[in-house]
Amino acid sequence: MTNKIRTLDDLRRIREASTDLTSARSKGRASIVVGMGTCGIAAGAREVMTAALQELEKRNIHDVSVTTTGCIGMCQQEPLVDVIAPGMGRITYGLVTPEDMAAIVAEHIVNGHIVERLVIGRAD
Amino acid sequence: MPIFRSHILVCGGTGCSSSGSQDVQKVLRDEIAKRNLDKEILVVQTGCHGMCEMGPIVVVYPEGTFYCRVQASDVPELVGEHIVKGRPVQRLLYSVPEDASRVPFYKDIPFYGKQHRIALKNCGYINPDNIEEYIARGGYEGLGKALTSMTSAQVIDEVKASGLRGRGGGGFPTGLKWSFAAKSPGPKKYVICNADEGDPGAFMDRSLIEGDPHAIIEGMMIGAYAIGADEGYVYCRAEYPLAIERLKTAIAQAEEFGLMGTDVLGTGFNFTLHIKEGAGAFVCGEETALMGSIEGRRGMPMPRPPFPAVHGLWGKPTNINNVETWANVAQIIVNGGAWYASMGTEKSKGTKVFALTGKVKHTGLVEVPMGITLREIIFDIGGGILNDRKFKAVQIGGPSGGCLTEEHLDLPVSYESLTGAGAIMGSGGMVVMDEDNCMVDVAKFFLEFTQRESCGKCVPCREGTKHMLLLLEKITSGRGTMEDISTLEQLAEMVREMSLCGLGQTAPNPVITTLRYFRDEYEAHIRDKRCPSHACTALLRYEIDPETCKRCGLCAKNCPVSCISGSRQEPYRIDQEKCIRCGTCFQKCPFGAIGKN
Amino acid sequence: MSFSAQEMVEKTRKIVAPWKEKKGGLIPILQEVQKELGYISTEAMETISKELKIPKSEIYGVATFYAQFHLKPRGRHVVRVCRGTACHVRGSLAVLEKVKEITGIQENETTDDLRFTIEPVACLGACGLAPVMMVDSQTFGRLVPGKVQGILDTFR
Repeated sequence: MTNKIRTLDDLRRIREASTDLTSARSKGRASIVVGMGTCGIAAGAREVMTAALQELEKRNIHDVSVTTTGCIGMCQQEPLVDVIAPGMGRITYGLVTPEDMAAIVAEHIVNGHIVERLVIGRAD
Repeated sequence: MPIFRSHILVCGGTGCSSSGSQDVQKVLRDEIAKRNLDKEILVVQTGCHGMCEMGPIVVVYPEGTFYCRVQASDVPELVGEHIVKGRPVQRLLYSVPEDASRVPFYKDIPFYGKQHRIALKNCGYINPDNIEEYIARGGYEGLGKALTSMTSAQVIDEVKASGLRGRGGGGFPTGLKWSFAAKSPGPKKYVICNADEGDPGAFMDRSLIEGDPHAIIEGMMIGAYAIGADEGYVYCRAEYPLAIERLKTAIAQAEEFGLMGTDVLGTGFNFTLHIKEGAGAFVCGEETALMGSIEGRRGMPMPRPPFPAVHGLWGKPTNINNVETWANVAQIIVNGGAWYASMGTEKSKGTKVFALTGKVKHTGLVEVPMGITLREIIFDIGGGILNDRKFKAVQIGGPSGGCLTEEHLDLPVSYESLTGAGAIMGSGGMVVMDEDNCMVDVAKFFLEFTQRESCGKCVPCREGTKHMLLLLEKITSGRGTMEDISTLEQLAEMVREMSLCGLGQTAPNPVITTLRYFRDEYEAHIRDKRCPSHACTALLRYEIDPETCKRCGLCAKNCPVSCISGSRQEPYRIDQEKCIRCGTCFQKCPFGAIGKN
Repeated sequence: MSFSAQEMVEKTRKIVAPWKEKKGGLIPILQEVQKELGYISTEAMETISKELKIPKSEIYGVATFYAQFHLKPRGRHVVRVCRGTACHVRGSLAVLEKVKEITGIQENETTDDLRFTIEPVACLGACGLAPVMMVDSQTFGRLVPGKVQGILDTFR
């Protein structure tokens, strides 16, 4: 790939393509938090996290952060995933499978619809 | 491009490297690979965060968790806990000295709270070896804007409107300087970046080049366009190998991307940039001496006029600015001169980077708006005096600067206010001193420096500084007379008035200000043969208190000149004639029976 | 590292060659010569003079003006204790004295076994870690005299 910049538009294009390089260093417009305590990992949280990253990549979404958190004490509901998006507060999903994760990204993050069947908690 | 859910930034600046950040980075990459996280976690080496004291510094994004003094052995825990389980490692978080509370996030640390980062915008945030990260942060937009939509006169007007002044010490208005070189006729002109940061106690230029080299390059290219130059030099100290390495990489990348070379952005603008390594001479920071050194001669200053803007490098019109000055240019062009001028005081606009060092709790680089008070810098950002001792003075501006005292703490910092108080802005070195620092010793320290670095071309500087130093040595060894003080004052005035260049003209400043604010200390050395701060060894007396002495004999055993005598029956005593005042006994005594006076 | 007079002349010639038609080469040449030979020998200075057609006095003047150049062979390891302001107020003199005591030499001197040379330096620009010293290209910060022996021991 040639990166020769010949015009101002070329520069802007490179800038556009490069934003991903540093976008993970800002909070992003929404964030997905995966519970990764010992019980979470045992219940399959790793696969859920991977599914989240793959779905975001597939959809070319670069402004959503994915982070991990420790055990929050509802081990029977693991894997637990929190999604924080503007205007929708903090939604906690329980017993999330990798397939559910893809649906959460599609519905909650992209379309703005909370996936009600998986919700186990809400906070502002 | 794969999405990395987290970026781990490891500082690769000189400070953190010497505290072991290279090892940390290596072990971190291995650990990430071992746990198969290398597809989702990116390890990035950045430039200096400015808080070198706390290094090696590691920042984990997207949370922005700020870890201090991370060692290679901490890495498995950091990855296992934070990266895998999302639990920050408490013991590595920044700890507030006042109440030992832990602060997890970068933005909440008091050291960064009052800062306003323009020149340092990208330092510690991007990988300096990757031009794309610079572009992602809006890099080369300023150059693009200047080349495609502004005339060179408009560029100069914008810089004039910003009120930007030379950050290397002189404080000369940058836009005005550019207009001189622009007006000089001739097809061949040069721009130079002065990176010969020689002031002891200043390291912002090194950090800027190491952390954000493209910002310097972009600034220089905008300057070249404004004055009509097509070639530039960066004159960098050889003592800064990492800065030179990063700059070389940055130049190569800019060329590869077509942002440097011929017909930049299709506008017909051409530019090439060379690096010249300095060879170790402080005087080369003076612009005419610097050009002499680039030409391969001894770096000796020339009388001005002619100014470099008319007759500079190889006799061609040349514009020289310091690293920090260049670092501000691109953002001024992008955001407008008025934006920059909205910060600061009436005559000193924008922000200035200071190297806060010495006896403060947090040493490091701080960028603050002009007009902030010394108290805010030293006590709010710097956290106050180390070990909660008493503030005595702050030396500002390096060997050309002066010492300010408690009464100046509420002085708003600007070029004018500092000069008025007897110091100078200089390159922005700020060395804080407590009651253990002797001001006569400090004056002597600076004189030793300027005396050694005097190039020897003009007599007032060469001979004057030598004799001032001899007088200071006489006073600190207890042989001074009151007359020496007035001789010192006369000499100081003479050297200031008569020297050829800035080095000589400002060399007496440390003496003049310490005499002005700490005259009693000079007099104590002379009249009482006493150093009030117990710093001048020749005037020290170590004595053993016979009451407290437990007669263990440790002092006598460790004395290198065997001048301590005594026994189990007899308390120990020091023979003052033979004592060389090394202080070994003072350190070794387990009972605190030895006094220093 | 020691070279015969003939080798020094040849090495210097090679270094000078690309600069013959260009201006501003003297300092980069001296830097390169020092890197190659370890110091600026008389033979090297004479060769540069002949090749560039500039007087020996001028080369000597430049070589002695800059702190970086050395006219005598140096030790395998160069120790620089920072004497900058920030390091000074945090006790760098005691560190320097310790280095002198351990090596038995003064500033600008080299040990007889060519192991260490002590060089004065005004500031290493790592003021945040004061006091600082540099051995070859490694920087050591937050020093106290007691740490010096351990550091020097690692440089054989």
